[in-house]
Amino acid sequence: MTDQVTVFEDHKNQRIEYSTCYMCACRCGIKVTIENDNVRFIQGNRNHPTNQGVLCAKGSAGIMKQNSPGKLRQPLLRKPGTARGAGEFVPISWEKALDMLTARLQNIRSTNPDKLAFFTGRDQMQALTGLWAQQFGTLNWAAHGGFCSVNMAAGGLYMMPFAFWEFGDPDWDRTKYFMLWGVAEDHASNPIKIALEKLKRRGAKFVAINPARTGYQAIADEWVAIKPGTDGLLALSMVHVLLERELFDWDFLIRYTNAPFLIIDAPGSSDHGLFWRNAAGHPQVWDMCTQNFADGMEAGSNPSLSLLDKHITPAGRTVRTVMSLMIEKYLDASYAPEQVSKITGVPAETIERLALEMAQVAFEETIEIACEWTDWTGRKHDKFIGRPVSMYAMRGVSAHSNGFQSARAIHLLQILLGTIDCPGGFCAKPPYPKPVPPPVKPAQHSAPNQPLSSSPLGYPTGPEDLVIDEQGNPKRIDKAFSWETPLSIQGLLHMVITNAHNYDPYRIDTLILFMANMAWNSSMNTAEIQKMLVAKDSEDGEYRIPFIVVSDAYHSEMVNFADLILPDTTYLERYDTLSMLDRPISETDAVCDSIRHPILKTNRDVRAWQEVLVDLAGRLQFPAFVHENGEKRYQDYKDFIVNYQKEPGIGFLSGWRGKNGDQHLRGEPNPRQWEAYIDHQSFFQHHLPLNIRYFRFVNQAYLDFAVEAAYIPKAEPMFIEIYSEPLQRFRLAGEGVYDGPRPTQPADRERLAKYFDPLPFWYEPLEQQRVSAEEYPFFAVNQRPMMMYHSWDSQNAWLRQIIAQNFLYMNRQRGEHLGIADKSWVWVESHNGKIRVQVKLIEGCQEDTVWTWNAIGKQSGAWALSPDAPEATRGFLMNHLISELLPEKTGERRLTNSDPITGQAAWYDLRVRIYPAAPGEEGTWPTFPTIKPLPDEPRPVDRLRYHTHPPVNLKS
Amino acid sequence: MRLGLVIDLDTCVGCHACAVACKEWNTSGTTGALTDYHPYGAEPSGVWFNRIRHFELGDYPHNKTINFPMSCMHCENAECVTVCPTGASYKRAEDGIVLVDQNKCMGCNYCSWACPYGARELDRASGTMKKCTLCVDRIYDMEIPEEERQPACVLTCPAHARMFGDFDDPESPVSRAVRERGGYELMPELNYQPSNKYLPPRPTRPIPTENLKKRGIRQVKDWIHQAVTR
Repeated sequence: MTDQVTVFEDHKNQRIEYSTCYMCACRCGIKVTIENDNVRFIQGNRNHPTNQGVLCAKGSAGIMKQNSPGKLRQPLLRKPGTARGAGEFVPISWEKALDMLTARLQNIRSTNPDKLAFFTGRDQMQALTGLWAQQFGTLNWAAHGGFCSVNMAAGGLYMMPFAFWEFGDPDWDRTKYFMLWGVAEDHASNPIKIALEKLKRRGAKFVAINPARTGYQAIADEWVAIKPGTDGLLALSMVHVLLERELFDWDFLIRYTNAPFLIIDAPGSSDHGLFWRNAAGHPQVWDMCTQNFADGMEAGSNPSLSLLDKHITPAGRTVRTVMSLMIEKYLDASYAPEQVSKITGVPAETIERLALEMAQVAFEETIEIACEWTDWTGRKHDKFIGRPVSMYAMRGVSAHSNGFQSARAIHLLQILLGTIDCPGGFCAKPPYPKPVPPPVKPAQHSAPNQPLSSSPLGYPTGPEDLVIDEQGNPKRIDKAFSWETPLSIQGLLHMVITNAHNYDPYRIDTLILFMANMAWNSSMNTAEIQKMLVAKDSEDGEYRIPFIVVSDAYHSEMVNFADLILPDTTYLERYDTLSMLDRPISETDAVCDSIRHPILKTNRDVRAWQEVLVDLAGRLQFPAFVHENGEKRYQDYKDFIVNYQKEPGIGFLSGWRGKNGDQHLRGEPNPRQWEAYIDHQSFFQHHLPLNIRYFRFVNQAYLDFAVEAAYIPKAEPMFIEIYSEPLQRFRLAGEGVYDGPRPTQPADRERLAKYFDPLPFWYEPLEQQRVSAEEYPFFAVNQRPMMMYHSWDSQNAWLRQIIAQNFLYMNRQRGEHLGIADKSWVWVESHNGKIRVQVKLIEGCQEDTVWTWNAIGKQSGAWALSPDAPEATRGFLMNHLISELLPEKTGERRLTNSDPITGQAAWYDLRVRIYPAAPGEEGTWPTFPTIKPLPDEPRPVDRLRYHTHPPVNLKS
Repeated sequence: MRLGLVIDLDTCVGCHACAVACKEWNTSGTTGALTDYHPYGAEPSGVWFNRIRHFELGDYPHNKTINFPMSCMHCENAECVTVCPTGASYKRAEDGIVLVDQNKCMGCNYCSWACPYGARELDRASGTMKKCTLCVDRIYDMEIPEEERQPACVLTCPAHARMFGDFDDPESPVSRAVRERGGYELMPELNYQPSNKYLPPRPTRPIPTENLKKRGIRQVKDWIHQAVTR
């Protein structure tokens, strides 16, 4: 098309830069037009594997994030003589700030490194922060996974070679039936939206299971209004339906899972429920052809599923298969749709139909891709067989105290259907698949001036791996890897402030938080947490948490409680890596990683947090960061990323390695690696050849490839563990018969015995077990608005025009029945507190559930918003209703309100009662004091007319 | 040529990506800046060319949530043009885009009263009426790569729920989509003949389960053990 009358903008003063978005965790590729050092336009990068040219509202609104008046401008120190939280700060130079911090940290490191607690929030560089903590030598490090969605990671990785979240995705181009469990609008954002359109275009069916119908569920072919926290039960009822009709993939179970493995059946003994192993330590199977026992890890046997039989070993022990246990468990009437319907609220007919629909698609609409490949036994195949049913689940399932077992239940459904890493199924994203669970154990000991022997986080496989002292007490401040939550593989950031305040298990000295809003939306029980942050010790008069360092780019509520504020840059002003060592951006068919680089000059006295970490690592003489003579090994972050090697040839970035930049995945450091990434639009993509695209957990060529790329240690098959032996070990410990560490407190014993079922099962969420459903008749949960990411976006001038106040959404018929009018103000009470909020009555809400948008409510004055912003006066947090501790029980120590297995914060277990506010009672409650503006923080403007050049008028 | 948009209600998830991409392009566009009032204050508002409505159909549990983006429809019979006293509002003969000449507009609001779709926005800072330009300053700019010469909203839509093209060409993707998917215009009874069209949600494919149901319950003792070599 051409046009004679339009005048176009002058591109001469513009430049195009490619980088990576940071407005949420998707990490889309962005193409940024910059004009005179201002952002003209941010659009999706068409060539980028994650977003393929599209961009969400948040991504496009990056302009207003860059121009937020809430940006931090300089390092600040709490004004001497003023109280923490009073909001009085004085500028301090970077040199002074870092000298002060170095001295403090040096003292901690040389005496008791665990006195430093270092926790990160929206951290996209955990490989670096984890290495830093390991080199410092503190056990007390984790990112925010514990309060985010660790259940999805752990639930998957203790059962399968990969998981939901960033570890796997449906094969979007081939799946014919997609089931979405719970809220997932924030993870993933653009990839799921792109995919849903593909499904719809192809005529695939999209089923959404969620108590709310907004977001993705709006366009679902079928919406299943489930009661919160019952997803696992629904999945297991579908398992019941499939087993009852013998609708499962026999081949898949026998070849790729531990369903045929034999388990010792000797109740009361120390090895009950463990695999019966041979001298080599391998689990055994019963070979139906030789009618004898065989090694389950050797190729060539014909294992029997021995559905109803038990076997007697030569030594006279009774053993039975995993499959026989599954049959016994899941065919029980308690999983029948009629029973399950009463708890989930989903009609029995729907449960049965959905299960049969999936079986129909999996087994009658099978797809085949012609391709020669060889499995781990050396067997050659001429095609990949696909069962095109796929699922995805995220936070909605995760944020319950039964989320770990519920995630496993959903995976079990996929496994029975044989839809794992096959065409049209649920597929791994490199560096996954990995062995089940990944072979990394958490560090257990710290010592002065010593790095930890491994990462502070890892995957325990038995009680021996816990991080506890000789009395069995936690060694970490968040009590991760203790009897209370043994498999807390991502820590429990939501417990750090409470435990540190209570000196439980000990008093720390310094708390460093990076980009974690723990004084507001990221903590349960926000008002009490704020009190803890300023509480003083009655004896020494010091703060109970003596020193708090906060690094953030913006004036969050947490920044207000810092003693030292270290201002970070924006995402357009710094170098970053989205690394294969960490949370890469791979697709199911490609290895991908990416970078950010400074495309704008900063105009403030700020430093990227990763630069500060590398600097501190040198100052503190971390062995991995200094030469033997004590000189710094790395000039800066950029230098570190290029030259650090985890093992020879393996570094943070996979692309353009080797001296000449001509090697990928493995190769010597390339001094011009950053430039190579920048030349290639800031990402690296290595497409997997077709023969290593599927069944990778047993695909020999893939296994060899993954060893070469250092994703896995050995080219051995990675079988699916339907039955989890690690869980059984903990259960034996709880039962008091384990041959190893055992807990002493009754609460721990009971929890281990009850919840560490080696087969997926469902139980009522823990808080709900202690709160009366009659007294608190509603479930209360959060959903994620697609145009806002957690607390970040209320400062965004454009996004807050879309939403600046959240409401409590309630089923219309139910609300009318209770005499609650649309838009009226109501009180919402839980066992922990009460809030006053404004209601909206809608149809898209399960009748026993209320929900709201997450993290819209703000503390007055934060984020450089005007004190009367609706986020503070009418918006609200549900957090005030949620306790970080379970309701008290006589004779029991206070326990975390988390999944008893993983420590995942149980945000969505909340039950509430609701009643109309009195006439005239309006506005949100509770309210908080207005946070003072920081020095040099600009005052909110009345009018904003953002543009990068005067308008180019049309010729008229 | 008759340019316009097709919006797919089957895939629109209501994410507001189109609205924000429009805002960021057009605030430095031919009628920019698009003013924001009290952007950090008690009642943030501003000039937007594209707004997303959300509403529900049917009563629980048979309800459906509809996300409905609305912007200028670039009507064939554009009353906004007819009522304009200064000639600022005009419809281009060559491509059917309805525009407002910012040099002629005096902000009298007649056009916004004439528009039944709520597509016009008065910028109180400039005192002029503004509206969707179909990114006329993108789609013809030969310095922009050809595949990107589309309105910002179409370029960005993550659910590919927006299409842009020429309705006069019966073989254009927009004409085909309207033909094949039963695309419709809003408020045809007014005879404004809007260019933009909406595609209704697709019917759901039924998945037969009768055969599997007929299999019935099978006792485990009746299952036939399958020999599978590990």
